[in-house]
Amino acid sequence: MIDSDLPLLNLRDICKSYGSTPVLNGVSLALNGGQTLALTGESGSGKSTLLHLAAGLDQPSDGSVHLDGEDIGRLDDAGRAQIRRDRIGLIFQQFNLVPSLNVAANVALQAQMANRFDAAFTAEISDRLGLSDLGARYPEQLSGGQQQRVAIARALAPRPELILADEPTGNLDEETGDIVLTLLLELVAETGAALMMVTHSPRLAQRLSREVHLSRGQLAVQ
Amino acid sequence: MLYTAISTLFSHWHRRPGQLAMLMLGLALATALWSGVQAINAEARGAYDRAAATLGQDQLARLETPDGRPLPLTDYIALRRAGYLVSPVVSGELRDGEARLRLLGIDPLTAPAAAQGPALDGDLDLARFFTAPGLILMSDETAERPLPDGLPDIALTDGVPPGAAITDISTAAHLLGQSDPSYLLIDPNQPFGLAPLAEATDLVLRPPETANDIARLTDSFHLNLTAFGLLSFAVGLFIVHAAIGLAFEQRRATVRTLRALGTPLRSVLTALSLELTAIALVSGAVGVMLGYVIAASLMPGVAGTLRGLYGAEVEGVLRFDPLWAASALAITLLGASIAAIQALIGTARMPLLAPAMPRAWAQASGRIMRLQALAALGLMCIAAGLALFGSGLIAAFVCLAALLIGSALALPALFTGFLGLIRPRNAFAEWVVADTRQQVPGLSLALMALLLALAANIGVSTMVGSFRHTFTGWLDQRISSELYVTGRSVDDTSTLMATLENEPEVDAILPIISAETRLYGLPADVFGIVDHPTYSAAWPLLSAVDNPWAQIANGTGVLVNEQLYRREGLALGDIVAIGSGLPIVGVYSDYGNPNGQAIVSLNRLTDTFPNARPIRFAIRINPADVPAMATRLREEFGLPPDNVINQVEVKRFSLQVFEQTFLVTGALNVLTLGVAALALLTSLLTLANLRLPQLAPVWAIGTSRNRLAWVEMGRSLALAALTFALALPVGLALAWVLLALVNVEAFGWRLPMRLFPTDWLMLFALALIAATLAALGPTLRLARIAPARLAQVFAQER
Amino acid sequence: MMMRLIFALLMMLSQANAQGFAGLGTAADGFAVPERNPAFTFPDDHGPHPAYRIEWWYLTATLEGADGRDYGVQWTLFRSALAPETSRDWTAPQLFMGHAGVTTPDAHFSAERLARGGIGQAGVTAHPFMARIDDWQMISTTTDGDAYDALHLTARGADFAYDLALSAEGPLIFHGESGYSVKSAEGQASYYYSQPFYSVAGTLDLPEGRVAVTGTAWLDREWSSQPLSANQRGWDWFSLQFEDGSRMMAFGLRDTAGDWFTSATWIAPDGTTESYGDGYVTLTPRTWTEVAGREVPTAWRLSFPERGIEIETIPLNPQAWMNTSFAYWEGPITFTGSHTGRGYLEMTGYE
Repeated sequence: MIDSDLPLLNLRDICKSYGSTPVLNGVSLALNGGQTLALTGESGSGKSTLLHLAAGLDQPSDGSVHLDGEDIGRLDDAGRAQIRRDRIGLIFQQFNLVPSLNVAANVALQAQMANRFDAAFTAEISDRLGLSDLGARYPEQLSGGQQQRVAIARALAPRPELILADEPTGNLDEETGDIVLTLLLELVAETGAALMMVTHSPRLAQRLSREVHLSRGQLAVQ
Repeated sequence: MLYTAISTLFSHWHRRPGQLAMLMLGLALATALWSGVQAINAEARGAYDRAAATLGQDQLARLETPDGRPLPLTDYIALRRAGYLVSPVVSGELRDGEARLRLLGIDPLTAPAAAQGPALDGDLDLARFFTAPGLILMSDETAERPLPDGLPDIALTDGVPPGAAITDISTAAHLLGQSDPSYLLIDPNQPFGLAPLAEATDLVLRPPETANDIARLTDSFHLNLTAFGLLSFAVGLFIVHAAIGLAFEQRRATVRTLRALGTPLRSVLTALSLELTAIALVSGAVGVMLGYVIAASLMPGVAGTLRGLYGAEVEGVLRFDPLWAASALAITLLGASIAAIQALIGTARMPLLAPAMPRAWAQASGRIMRLQALAALGLMCIAAGLALFGSGLIAAFVCLAALLIGSALALPALFTGFLGLIRPRNAFAEWVVADTRQQVPGLSLALMALLLALAANIGVSTMVGSFRHTFTGWLDQRISSELYVTGRSVDDTSTLMATLENEPEVDAILPIISAETRLYGLPADVFGIVDHPTYSAAWPLLSAVDNPWAQIANGTGVLVNEQLYRREGLALGDIVAIGSGLPIVGVYSDYGNPNGQAIVSLNRLTDTFPNARPIRFAIRINPADVPAMATRLREEFGLPPDNVINQVEVKRFSLQVFEQTFLVTGALNVLTLGVAALALLTSLLTLANLRLPQLAPVWAIGTSRNRLAWVEMGRSLALAALTFALALPVGLALAWVLLALVNVEAFGWRLPMRLFPTDWLMLFALALIAATLAALGPTLRLARIAPARLAQVFAQER
Repeated sequence: MMMRLIFALLMMLSQANAQGFAGLGTAADGFAVPERNPAFTFPDDHGPHPAYRIEWWYLTATLEGADGRDYGVQWTLFRSALAPETSRDWTAPQLFMGHAGVTTPDAHFSAERLARGGIGQAGVTAHPFMARIDDWQMISTTTDGDAYDALHLTARGADFAYDLALSAEGPLIFHGESGYSVKSAEGQASYYYSQPFYSVAGTLDLPEGRVAVTGTAWLDREWSSQPLSANQRGWDWFSLQFEDGSRMMAFGLRDTAGDWFTSATWIAPDGTTESYGDGYVTLTPRTWTEVAGREVPTAWRLSFPERGIEIETIPLNPQAWMNTSFAYWEGPITFTGSHTGRGYLEMTGYE
């Protein structure tokens, strides 16, 4: 299904600055299907920005983002939205659940928008993430770990090719964070998706197959 | 996808039904008040049109005598014999105590097709219509009113204006005692080969009548209603704006999440618009129903006002017009989109990646506040300019609008400036003041609404109060005779007057005698008075030459009412076309009468209008003798009880008419204030949630929730009080504009302005109560808020 | 709408409302009823009879322009009483309806006026004789002899006017039994006499201009209070002028079963008459024409074997429709067959 010659995600010479402040300065990075990659760096090193650019949430000042060979910089807002909806699963540090939807609806949200909702599959991953009994609850009634599991289920439910996770355990205590990350990695492996995860923790980064380190807007090879 | 986006966004309302209710309530109220007023106006205008269309008067020209008196029957016959198709109408008013009926006697045999309205269609028994005692056609509503005695059988029919009846000319001639036609209707299709009608007669040709005459008189009243409706609509939109702003603000994070998960911005905006449209339509429908109920319940009062003030007959019943409902819905949609446009633009411009943190949605920057202040200054200048140099009703209303909007726009800057002047003594007080200042932009819309409602209330009640004060004083002077008597007929009255003249206890008999005529091209009444101190000693004149009553008494002068005087821009000494022309020697106030009026000596009147004879007269008598005299008149002279009225009753009736006049204004006033209180409540609710981040630190450093709640309540009250303080001068300015500009343009009289501080106190209390009620919910919530929620503020802060 | 009601009012007088103005009032309600062996006194009887429910002055004229073009003129004043009373104010229960028509070979004009008596807008006086409604007049212009011997006639509509001088060249004639004319087998009757011998000169004002005309005319006078029989639907009335100077009146009252009640008066050139009751004359429609949305027999065969008459009539204009509140056909005709001549035809009750 994926042309193995072509990386799934290909970031080339990415530069990004906010006003006159440069954040990224010529970053090139490729990620193949099924690979997991940790993006580490100091606070302010630009790792979240890089992730946002990879998701098409923002536009690079220079350079290009190719997803499966397609330059998403050439797409308009609707085109990029479609890519995110159909091919990318996003996991945020802040969970970003919809407060007015219950757990079940939050989990199904992206899959339904992408028209890729599979009830059995969704039930399976919800079960694996321990959400089966929480379906009728609302986000405000959940603990942080539970909320992040909902966010992971939401990202995985449409079977995306690429998962982009921004400090998914950053709001969780160490123990909960480990459990959540373990589940995430298991499920990523089972679905064959690629994962790019931003983290500031070298300990967590080790658990992924690759790690790249950002420093002052540039890639430092590990 | 769109469906998912819509249902996700809409799920917000499931979690916050109160907010949805507020939004819908705002929309429904705005729609209701506006559409209610529109319905009333449309109904009244329809009634004027229908009245004008009676007997095809809106299409048919008429022939009448130059002075408006009946024309000799022989003139009519001469025209018919010359071949002209003209049709006679005998019209007049039947009075019997308080019962009145305008009678239109027509000749169906000659009436042009256009004069044959629906009233005469159908299964009318023509033989009964034509032959004595005849048949009289009127609407259900007219038939339910008190009617004069001695009417023939009544046939109910649609299409006859209220207060009027149509009958055969023979029946009308008999009932009115007038066999000469009042005027002739001209058939638009005249026969072959005749000279133009104008060459064949000395009668005056009057073009078809439109509803204009009565519409012109009532314009000011409807403009008043419209202005109130618009004000209510604007206040309602404040609520809507606040509710929509709150909902959008609270859904910022959801919108961002949706977009991050792959919903295009266009879909989000579409979903929001569709949602808003649906809500607006449902609320609009509720509002239309509510508006109909409001209008239907106000309609009898409006009809009473129009009848009392202008003599315009309007049914007290409201018809339901689908077109009206549709246009009301359209207005709701328009209003909702105006209220939502800021929120939608905000959503469209919202960057995808900004931190998902609530931001005070209406945080007006200093720049915006400065702009508003500038605009306010400009509007105030316009208002002042119009007040000084403008003329005409429209200018007066534009002046009003500029004054109100200008003061509303000035409010945030004034408040901020005022708060800046406060020098708090301790840190907590400093925080309170600073926090209040920060809240002003968010609350300013609601406070503006409150300001408008309070100012309108002060202005209108000052006007009504001033009017009432002047009016009662004027009544005391004008209604000075002890007894008012109506004879059963003109002859009866002459006999009665002659008899009573010789009674020892009677000081004077003052016949009440008038003639209808046209002065300066419009209908007017001329009254004739005898020379008596009742007039010369007690009657207030607004301006007069030296010793005007002597000139009236010897028939060499005329008094005109203020309406005529102002309308025609007359001056003392100008000649009025009564008889061979008389100079104006004085001007008197004549409240409640939209038409021109003049007073001459009795002899002058009877010389000029030989047909005028009194049916009513007044008796000056020692007040102690009044009951005995009234009893005598009823028993000895057999007058019906209603025909003998004492001074007290006359005054009571006049005041009743007066109260009617401002009934509707008062009702709308209260409703507007209610809506403003709601707007305040909505805004406070909106702010309550957004303000947690500001309150949490204060709480964290050791201020109890109770204390915070008290501060919240106190702040609301202080803001309401401040708003009231601003509303007072605005309201008084409004009252001045109403009294000195609008009244003069609309009614033709100017009233001295009076102040009613007790009313202000009442209103102040009302404003505080409204603010308390509005603040109660948010305050209680704050007092009871779970500490965890306050703590959450820190957890969520990055 | 009003017109329809007025018509209904007038027609209420006859219980079978298809009978039009031939409806002769009921016997009741205090109205006088025609009696046998009438004794007319003139000029009084030329004037109105307010004690009777309905009455008319009905003039038809067959005219010719200088260029030989044929014209027909009608002038009628109906009087209809709501009560057998009169007064001199608005309350007078005597209503008047005027009809005027002009027929040309290719056009027909009609006009109508309504008025109540009592105020001077309409009415009839016997001496001097004058019948009027608005500016329409029929005025006697002679002071000696019968008032009907010389008449001045005017009328005006939206698109026509006329002004005619009439002078009688023979005596009044009386229909039925000395003017008592029976209208049905049940005995309903009216008083009925005519002046059939007018010669006419005058002018017609038409949209195309003024036309000087000459010709002949026929005046009918009839009054009654009784309705026609309930089953009578309408009538067909002929006035005929033969080339030898004799005249004839014939009418047939149609009933719902399609049977006829006929009556005729033969008038010799000197004015002597002979009346024929039901059955002497046979009327047969020859041609039906669509007029004003209905079928009307505009050409007839008239058989009168007793006098050897077998003629076929042809209308000057088949569309001679009186578009009045109560509408009917009224127009000039010519006839051929055993005899030739001209005349007038009136047909009512065709729905």
